[in-house]
Amino acid sequence: MDKPMTAHLDTQNPQDLAGYRDTGGYMGFARALDMTPAEVQQQVKDANLRGRGGAGFPTGMKWGFVPMGQDAPKRKYLVCNADEMEPGTFKDRWLMEGAPHLLIEGMMIAAYAIGASRAYLFLRGEYRLCARRLEQAIREAEEAGLLGKDIQGSGYSLELHLHTSAGRYICGEETALLNALEGKRAHPRSKPPFPQIAGLFGQPTIVNNAETLCNLPGILRRGPAWFRDLAADSDDAGTKIYGISGRVRQAGLWELPMGATARQILDLAGGMQDGLKLRGWLPGGASTDFLLPEHLDIPMEYDAIAKAGSRLGTGGIIALDDQHCPVGMVLNLIQFFAQESCGWCTPCRDGLPWAAEILSRIETGKGCQEDLDELSKLCDFMWMGKTFCALAPGAVEPMRSGLKYFADDFQQHIDKGCCPYRQ
Amino acid sequence: MKIAIRTLDHTEHLSQEEIQAIEAACAHYEQRPAAAIDALMIVQRRQGWVDDSRLEAVAGLLGMSSAELEGIATFYNHIYRQPVGRHVLHLCNSISCWLCDVDKLADHLRERLQLEFGQTSADGRITLLPNVCLGCCDKAPAMMLDGELIENLSAEKLDEILASLEGGEDG
Ligand SMILES: Cc1cc2nc3c(=O)[nH]c(=O)nc-3n(C[C@H](O)[C@H](O)[C@H](O)COP(=O)(O)O)c2cc1C
Ligand code: SF4
Ligand code: FES
Repeated sequence: MDKPMTAHLDTQNPQDLAGYRDTGGYMGFARALDMTPAEVQQQVKDANLRGRGGAGFPTGMKWGFVPMGQDAPKRKYLVCNADEMEPGTFKDRWLMEGAPHLLIEGMMIAAYAIGASRAYLFLRGEYRLCARRLEQAIREAEEAGLLGKDIQGSGYSLELHLHTSAGRYICGEETALLNALEGKRAHPRSKPPFPQIAGLFGQPTIVNNAETLCNLPGILRRGPAWFRDLAADSDDAGTKIYGISGRVRQAGLWELPMGATARQILDLAGGMQDGLKLRGWLPGGASTDFLLPEHLDIPMEYDAIAKAGSRLGTGGIIALDDQHCPVGMVLNLIQFFAQESCGWCTPCRDGLPWAAEILSRIETGKGCQEDLDELSKLCDFMWMGKTFCALAPGAVEPMRSGLKYFADDFQQHIDKGCCPYRQ
Repeated sequence: MKIAIRTLDHTEHLSQEEIQAIEAACAHYEQRPAAAIDALMIVQRRQGWVDDSRLEAVAGLLGMSSAELEGIATFYNHIYRQPVGRHVLHLCNSISCWLCDVDKLADHLRERLQLEFGQTSADGRITLLPNVCLGCCDKAPAMMLDGELIENLSAEKLDEILASLEGGEDG
């Protein structure tokens, strides 16, 4: 099976520039330079690549909103979103530690396609090994004339800088990220204007997830049809880095065709640990709705998972076993979101700590029947359209589905006045 | 009436190397304030945290107000505006680590170090802090110690690591 992103990935000894080139590295970028930016955009549209940052927005279409041509602003930016702070998500780290040049090449292709003269790689600060390896890859690319002025005599110039953040989940939201990059407090911006029109320093900007960008070298080198064929049985195209964590035998990451099932991923992980049963799972990080064991055979692709009532998100599955308390799990998730709320809008800033307090009461056996109604109301108060960004609705997802699927567990906490899992 | 405007001489609080490193970071952006996080991380290296006078000096150097820079400094989990110990230990408390019973390790650490999360030992050796998901979820539980990620933690492994820290067990 073809694994275009990870075939040469090595977290111990990642390929240097020479090694990367030996296996076809930077050929995609060379192909891109032979095309016009519009042609590169068309390749990516034809490939049907969708953003791997969580929302699945078609990448080519997103680029299509950037003003191009003579009258377009001179300064445009390409930003790689490598903030990766969604709990249960560790795929971008794997790609960056094991194949740093793949991401750099992907960024170069995207920057060329939108006519950006500057690119920023926004990396979460905790990923120090990634930072060291990416810095080295950038240096090597600069020294080889792949970055800088008039690249390979093409007339195209690109500067690429690494920005390491200092730890705050909201910086992964693309407009908050732009504020962070400008040296402002990182709360999200209102849209419109969309970043494609007025983003970083007020200029047209594309923000793409690191994994999204890692798909580009393959698409440019081997063509859109090849990319679509990678996932022949799926509505989506290409491969995806899927992961699983929790009490499984061998947690980890795998590059699989889009549309692989959670059951396949769980099997690759060797199933649940001895004596444990799967109770539920989040398909793609902390901000996705719970699904149940009966959903394990649904393809892990955007529309199919949405139809089942959740989101593919980042593709990092979190498995809940039958010895851990679902109420405790929801409490842990909501505490995360409450802490990481940027505080800009009231429903989220006040609603999340309130939800955490109620959940904590229930979990410690001090909850009452009204608390359950209160939680449902809070789910409503913090839903889409009522908050400034998607952080709060993301927090609501595991809470509302947890209340639905694990209603008995919530009820038992209240009836027994204690957590049944702690007896 | 004369109004006295106090201008802070940032060379008083920042070393030449620090100023140079901050200037190099500024060159990566269109506007100097954009280098705020880089600059704060640079000055944090010297004493492990950022005190008021150094924060003011950085603000002056970047051409922004101290209040603005403080708004950024306090926003991030890894910029410390209070003194920390010689070692800083961040234990992950997010979901995958929780499922791997990190709570028990947290209890173990608290007892062994006689510290609550958020505290620094009296001898200034170690600060204990929580952290959100560190991106090590497949090798949970995990922590960040002095900036480096450590995975697959157990009580025994923690004990070994603590014992090997500078000065050893009691140092
Ligand atoms: C609270 C919040 C946090 C986010 N964190 C990340 C992140 O860490 N990495 C990421 O790529 N996208 C993150 N996103 C999604 C981004 O806003 C954006 O949709 C994404 O970077 C677009 O890239 P893509 O089109 O390549 O998927 C986050 C969104 C929200 C609301
Ligand atoms: S929803 Fe939360 S994170 Fe988003 S802007 Fe409002 S307060 Fe900030
Ligand atoms: S949940 Fe602890 S490292 Fe991800």
